[in-house]
Amino acid sequence: MSLTAATATVAAADSHGFLSPTGVEIAFLLVGLVTLGAALVTVTTRQLVHAALWLVVALGGLAVEYLLLTAEFIAWVQVLIYVGSVVVLLLFGLMLTRAPIGRSPDADSGNRWAALTVAVAAAVALVWVVVDAFRTTWIDLDGPAAGTTRVTGASLFRYWVLPFEALSVLLLAALVGAIVLSRKATPDAAGPGRTTAADLPAAGPGEKEGAR
Amino acid sequence: MNDALDVALRLLVVFVVFLTFPLIIGQTEHKVMAHMQGRLGPMYAGGFHGWAQLIADGVKFAQKEDVVPAGADRRVFQLAPAVALLPYLLVLLAIPIGPSAGAVGQVLDAGVFFVLAVMGVGVLGSLMAGWASANKFSLLGGLRTAAQLLAYELPMLLAAASVAMAAGTVSLPGILHGFHWWWVPWQLVGAVVFFVAGLAELQRPPFDMPVADSEIIFGAYTEYTGLRFALFLLAEYAGIVVLCGLTTVLFLGGWHGPWGTDGLGWLWTLLKTAILAFVVIWLRVTYPRLREDQLQKLSWTLLVPLSLAQIALTGIVKVVIQ
Repeated sequence: MSLTAATATVAAADSHGFLSPTGVEIAFLLVGLVTLGAALVTVTTRQLVHAALWLVVALGGLAVEYLLLTAEFIAWVQVLIYVGSVVVLLLFGLMLTRAPIGRSPDADSGNRWAALTVAVAAAVALVWVVVDAFRTTWIDLDGPAAGTTRVTGASLFRYWVLPFEALSVLLLAALVGAIVLSRKATPDAAGPGRTTAADLPAAGPGEKEGAR
Repeated sequence: MNDALDVALRLLVVFVVFLTFPLIIGQTEHKVMAHMQGRLGPMYAGGFHGWAQLIADGVKFAQKEDVVPAGADRRVFQLAPAVALLPYLLVLLAIPIGPSAGAVGQVLDAGVFFVLAVMGVGVLGSLMAGWASANKFSLLGGLRTAAQLLAYELPMLLAAASVAMAAGTVSLPGILHGFHWWWVPWQLVGAVVFFVAGLAELQRPPFDMPVADSEIIFGAYTEYTGLRFALFLLAEYAGIVVLCGLTTVLFLGGWHGPWGTDGLGWLWTLLKTAILAFVVIWLRVTYPRLREDQLQKLSWTLLVPLSLAQIALTGIVKVVIQ
């Protein structure tokens, strides 16, 4: 199956050029710009909850990019896990601790430049790897969708089983770790009178486990 | 041109359904509650059986002043009702009501994931409303909403995954094409878990802790007035339509019925959806509100294990019958 897919993508690459973009490619670029902009606002805004809401826009933009690449299943899982659970968890944490309306003067860090360096380095490495790996790969949008649930599942469980299982073990470790940490914080109140809030941070990785 | 017309027609039909069905359910709720609790108020307006009550409510909402509190985060506060309502419009697009190819707004390859993902987004509207209102009751309501979503998303997803396993597909029409009558008893536990978790996600009684009007004064919606408040109410009723439609499609066989599947399939879907919607209203007038800790306990200690057991059962039966 991958062989036919590879020939299809090579065949599709022959008929493409960078100078005559199709409508989908233009849409892909525009959505990418919106996503990048939302991500930048997320890390630069001084309003904590606004940062979380801009993160929703950025993650949603990523989902749209997946959709444009015909990876429908990945797109919806992206919305389900990141917008539906992770951001809700973030907002929950913010509301539980502090979520002032308006600017937070201390929503900044002295590590700004170190963080920027790490971020740029990571971005460069990722872009380099992806460009190098998929330079001549084109997705044939007119043929059968290359990212349907069936294709995604088959390649995930045929070629990528080991990384997949390793990731689930990692998530399981995070889950156990979260439970251990939340228990250690309240050694005397570990009875039935425990608040539910202490349990909730453990729910994030657990949901990822269930949703995959 | 024909394609564009087809798409436009489908969108129009879905939009009309989106505008009318929630109102029909709202009207039904008025009447059913009035009968079950012996209320006289909703039976008065307009004469016969109080038919004009809904219109009176609509006029009342439209007349009220749209207030944004001085301390609120203006933009988020005003955006929240739209974020709460629009996802349900999108979900309606994917729910098939009949066996033919024309009886669904848009066939999606990963329909189950689409509907669950988008329904989860709707809850962000309540969170935004709760935070942006600058009101401690609203903030408490938002917190409870988030906690409730995190607790009930998992069993709902697991129950839906069980059906997807049984059918071998995650497309909603695909699931219905593979349906046999014995799936109903086979997936019964999953159906109950899905329905209960869906009720909790919609914050309907007995899971209405986040809006508990007698404790935190309607929670995230305390500060809302007029049309924006009406939009939140509309989102709740649209949510009932979506939840009942989804339960019908996933667990009750959608358009399948004892007879008339070919011509009258859509009628079966609507009938099952209507019966489920009646059950939702019935539960509202029957059960008292759960406490917050009881609500979390119900999900983590009962619904999650039950849905995992249902998945195990589905897997075993699936292997045996192959």
